[in-house]
Amino acid sequence: MPRYTVIVDGTRRELEADADMPLLYALRGDLALKGPKFGCGLAQCGACTVILNGAATRSCVIPLSAVDGASVRTLDGLGTADKPHPVQAAFIAEEAAQCGYCTNGWIMTAVAGLERNPNPTDAEIRSMLAGLKCRCGTHMAIMRAVRRAADALASTSADNSSERDA
Amino acid sequence: MSDSPLPVAFDRRAFLKSGASLVFVVGTGGITIARRAAGQTVSAAARAIAPTSLDSWLQLDASGAVTAFFGKMDMGQGVDTAIAQVVAEELDVDVARVTVVMGDTHRTPNQGGASGSSGCRLGANALRNAAAEARRVLVARASERLGVPAADLRVTDGRVSAAGGSGRAVTYGELIADGFATELDWNERYGNNLNVTGVAKPKSPGDYRVVGTPVPRKDIAGKVMATTEYCHHVRLPGMLHARTLRPPVANAVPVRVDESSIAAIPGARVVRKGDFIAVVAPQEWHAIKASRELKVTWSETAPPFPRGDTLFSHIRAAPVASDSARGGFGGAGQPINAEPTLAAIASSARRVEADYEVPFQSHARMGPSVGVADVRAGEALVYSDTQKSHDQRDGIAKILGLPPEKVRVIWKPGPGSYGRSDSDEAAFEAAVISQLVGAPVRVQWMRNEGHGWDPKAPACVISCKAGLNASNEIAAWYFRAKGFSGWDVNFNSADPKDTLVGQLLGIKKGDAHNFGAPAESYAFPNTVKYWETIPTLLDRASPLRCAHMRAPQEPQVHFAHESFIDEVAAAAGVDPIALRLKHLRDPREIAVVEEVARLSKWQSRPSPASSRSDAVLRGRGVSLNSGFGGYVATVCEVEVERATGRVWPRRFFVAHDCGLIINPRGLHGTIEGNVVQGVSRTLFEEVRFDERNVLSVDWATYPILEIGDAPESIEIATINRPEEPSGGAGEPAHVTIPAAIANAVFDATGVRMRRLPLTVERVKAALA
Repeated sequence: MPRYTVIVDGTRRELEADADMPLLYALRGDLALKGPKFGCGLAQCGACTVILNGAATRSCVIPLSAVDGASVRTLDGLGTADKPHPVQAAFIAEEAAQCGYCTNGWIMTAVAGLERNPNPTDAEIRSMLAGLKCRCGTHMAIMRAVRRAADALASTSADNSSERDA
Repeated sequence: MSDSPLPVAFDRRAFLKSGASLVFVVGTGGITIARRAAGQTVSAAARAIAPTSLDSWLQLDASGAVTAFFGKMDMGQGVDTAIAQVVAEELDVDVARVTVVMGDTHRTPNQGGASGSSGCRLGANALRNAAAEARRVLVARASERLGVPAADLRVTDGRVSAAGGSGRAVTYGELIADGFATELDWNERYGNNLNVTGVAKPKSPGDYRVVGTPVPRKDIAGKVMATTEYCHHVRLPGMLHARTLRPPVANAVPVRVDESSIAAIPGARVVRKGDFIAVVAPQEWHAIKASRELKVTWSETAPPFPRGDTLFSHIRAAPVASDSARGGFGGAGQPINAEPTLAAIASSARRVEADYEVPFQSHARMGPSVGVADVRAGEALVYSDTQKSHDQRDGIAKILGLPPEKVRVIWKPGPGSYGRSDSDEAAFEAAVISQLVGAPVRVQWMRNEGHGWDPKAPACVISCKAGLNASNEIAAWYFRAKGFSGWDVNFNSADPKDTLVGQLLGIKKGDAHNFGAPAESYAFPNTVKYWETIPTLLDRASPLRCAHMRAPQEPQVHFAHESFIDEVAAAAGVDPIALRLKHLRDPREIAVVEEVARLSKWQSRPSPASSRSDAVLRGRGVSLNSGFGGYVATVCEVEVERATGRVWPRRFFVAHDCGLIINPRGLHGTIEGNVVQGVSRTLFEEVRFDERNVLSVDWATYPILEIGDAPESIEIATINRPEEPSGGAGEPAHVTIPAAIANAVFDATGVRMRRLPLTVERVKAALA
């Protein structure tokens, strides 16, 4: 089987697998990550989302051969219990999960979306999160969480710029 | 990957006491020993879990940590946090000290698993009583230790001290030693109605300090930080990955398998038993490839289903297999005598009649079924996200031919489950395959199986008729639901006859019948309400077999009944809330209807609204449900786009009474989920099929709600009744949603939608 190198959450990982094996199976299987989930294998639900080159990407359909040498960010590496990413902190504060199986997709998509658009309107939050599925119907809390994260990031960035100004 | 850890530390005392497990270790292979060392064998992990033993329910350790053993499980609404609150309340410890172990057949008493919104409603009772008794025992020990009468002791976060500040104190951790060794009175029932009582009486609600407060959910951080171990993550040493193969035409069976077609895939091989066929491989991707590349010749079989577009005419024409007089929850019901009602309606001054149609719907869980099993040396260890692990244990024991005590099912969190979903299937299949191959096996269904082969919410046609007298007063009321049986698949898997693999191995499927009829307190004169079920379409391994899905069949029943009440109100020219209040008799139903009218600033007038010429039409609708000890009235405000047919339920108002509220924040999130999932089922969800098979096999062919269609707001008014026992909250609000939306669409447009779902195509056509 061919060998591939993928930088996962900042760490170089050597993987040996079929060229057509989707990235998800390397993350879940070889690397035993718990964030990206198998939901559909068809890029229809988003449970497997990772951030690849700054874009939220469905890892269940992208073959390992297409990410050789690439850098991937996952929920597992996003934040720590002591220092959660602002989007994670907001999801915890808003209790924006029920079963939690889809949560990975919402958080990773929101992280990538807020990096591109740090000051979204509520309508932009909805369009940022389009295409993700949640069977439990947690959407209201998810919208509150992403709003909260956006506001927190905006106030952090305002603090930073005022520090720079000073 | 190493062994997956148990939810709590392995009970070393139980291990040391278990001589049998040590004997068992001798002579087994290295992998097995590694597994044993982690305390994961069926024998080694066994606890004495007699319901009569207080130690079965609660364990304390020297540090004061409390473990509560709960024979139910959380599907994502935070039930475990509520249980921890109840235990912490009665024990007088900080809720952070309490860990709740759920649904492990060898560690938790059989409380019936998750169903019927019973997590708090019924499941909390035994642990409340047990914790109260535990506090009594510990305080008695403290009294002896400190030489202070128990009445003069108080407990603060597990520290027992003499009132009056003498300084003498002892902690629970110092008092627990070898456990409680205390007997409880048990009502000798298993399942949802299991209860135990001790000498101590639980606190009165007026003294609550933890119950009723918004304690943060214990499960959220793990889900958000990617540390929660779901069933999907479980891996055992030497585990093989399996994928199952399903026939292109339902009811076809494999007649020839060309194993050479997967010879090039490393380690892949075929596993067959009866008509069940699967592939296994050491690597998951190879198992998937093998399942795609394996050449199987399936038997020629006559297509077993009617054409999908003839579903409702099929139901109308089908013979009646059973009815509410013969079966259902609580056994046989009232004899059905519709004739006097129908005669009264026929001779009424005015008649209102309507039929409502609901198609099959799919549980369509976020992740399709998964199960891990290790069946070797006469015992089975199974990991499952079932809603009912004790029942599943019994069913797996039967399919494997093992005694139930040799089968341990460990529940792990899964992708939600709202009824008898596919969650029970893969664990059975993993057990069967593991027994055949002699190694641990993980079965993961693929997406097409999760949609295409899960049990379906039963399709139905519901007929309602009312007679009005010359004064527009209701004179007679008729309700009949006719549909597929909600017990086509039993609500638990205690027998493999209710699983796909069981039926493929030749076990005859059951023939139980249930549907539903509304039970609200409307006092209409000359009323008859009943249900009829029709024969299943295919009596073996059917992708259209039916089972309950969130609130059994109540969403279908209340879509019809609560829509029809509005139709009668419109025919009589009266406000739909006024009509409800005029006929309701239950004060708690009346209270939520009045509360939702206040919350939504309801303007009393008949439907439809007078202005219906705008491009975007606006209307409001109401709906009521009571059941599982919950009382819910919902108002929905919709916008209907005339040009496209899009219905957007923009705002919801929910008045909710489920008795004593244990965690208001958890309840709020639970209600929101009820509403939004209800919107999805109302607007989008329909299983499509043809004569050969189910055609809804993924999210493209079975669309559900996405965030763009989520409401703008859901305002909730909860009525807390500390004097009433906690009722259910997992289902009652969900039941109100279809009719609240359909009634609002009628109010907005003057067009009555009597068939779910209210897709844009269907609404646009109705408005044309």
